[in-house]
Amino acid sequence: MITNTKEQQSSQSIVADMMGKKYYEFESDIVVDSTSIRSICAASYNVNPLFWDESVAEAIVGACIAPPSSVSAWLRPHFWSPTVNDNARALKLHFDLKERFGVPEGVMVDNELTMFTPVRTGERLRTYQTLRSVSEEKQVKLGLGRFWVIDVVIENLAGERCAIDRYTGLGYRKIQNDE
Amino acid sequence: MIDILDSVIGKFKMTNEGILFTQITVGDSLPKLEIDITTTLVILGALASRDWQPQHHDKVFAEERNGTRDIFLNTNHNAAMIERYITDWTGVMGRLGKIRFSMLTPVFPGDKLRFSGEVVRSHDTQMDFGWVDIAIVMSVDGKPCSKGVVRVAVPGSKEANPWRIDAEFWNPDFLALKEAS
Repeated sequence: MITNTKEQQSSQSIVADMMGKKYYEFESDIVVDSTSIRSICAASYNVNPLFWDESVAEAIVGACIAPPSSVSAWLRPHFWSPTVNDNARALKLHFDLKERFGVPEGVMVDNELTMFTPVRTGERLRTYQTLRSVSEEKQVKLGLGRFWVIDVVIENLAGERCAIDRYTGLGYRKIQNDE
Repeated sequence: MIDILDSVIGKFKMTNEGILFTQITVGDSLPKLEIDITTTLVILGALASRDWQPQHHDKVFAEERNGTRDIFLNTNHNAAMIERYITDWTGVMGRLGKIRFSMLTPVFPGDKLRFSGEVVRSHDTQMDFGWVDIAIVMSVDGKPCSKGVVRVAVPGSKEANPWRIDAEFWNPDFLALKEAS
């Protein structure tokens, strides 16, 4: 646990510096496509014809759409690309927080996704991240660390809000056996 | 619209033709579901959602860096599984508004993942659809590995279509998600 007042002040200043700002605004170059949609559905054996039959999607939604829970996938870059957009790294703010707090390990422990306008095939999305909160340092099963809450706001290029993807991450340091 | 659904229900092996808000009562249980998790499935889910983190496709990395016995399902894959579970029950007219879940323990290849769900709240919008909160539990060998709550819009009549609700009336945030008891 933190017992040093200087360290406490340092942690508080990190949080104060980062809260409420927009980070990593970027426009994805990934185009929502039916092949990728069907891979996502195949991974959960999802038979919903909205994602497999264009006539059903057109009749019910008015467009071919992606599964609403997949919205953040359309913001992630390819594994490799000849161009570089460092802002495209998934949940980059999470990795920044690990670095700012000096913790080598990190996992996501909670996720709340709120869905608005459906994501349609042929569209591209844009996004930004914001930090909502950071906990005090805590002893947890995995080690010593902090929980933080990050909002990923996702919009289509027409400016319609598609989703807010809220993640609770844990950044931590493993406890060594000899400690 | 109904004609189209009739024509695809057999083709897509849907488990039901859909449920209406008026048929739902708090305390209702969703049909149980089991999925056998394989290495291929874990990797497919991760790569399909463009999650290149090695713990979802590289067993050695998962063992050495994460201290787990194998690769494990990523967050998006968990969410996709939950979406599938809910819309198996609602049918195609069910439109998700919110999903919140916590991953308690990793899900590995070789696990048999079991889903259960219970309606914990229903709210009639008076606009020919209702919001339904469902507490879901995903478990392996009787131990919960993920728990959460899903809010889904369900049609109030056979003519209703939650997918066509104007954005100004689509408000999944109208109330905090109901917690499971």
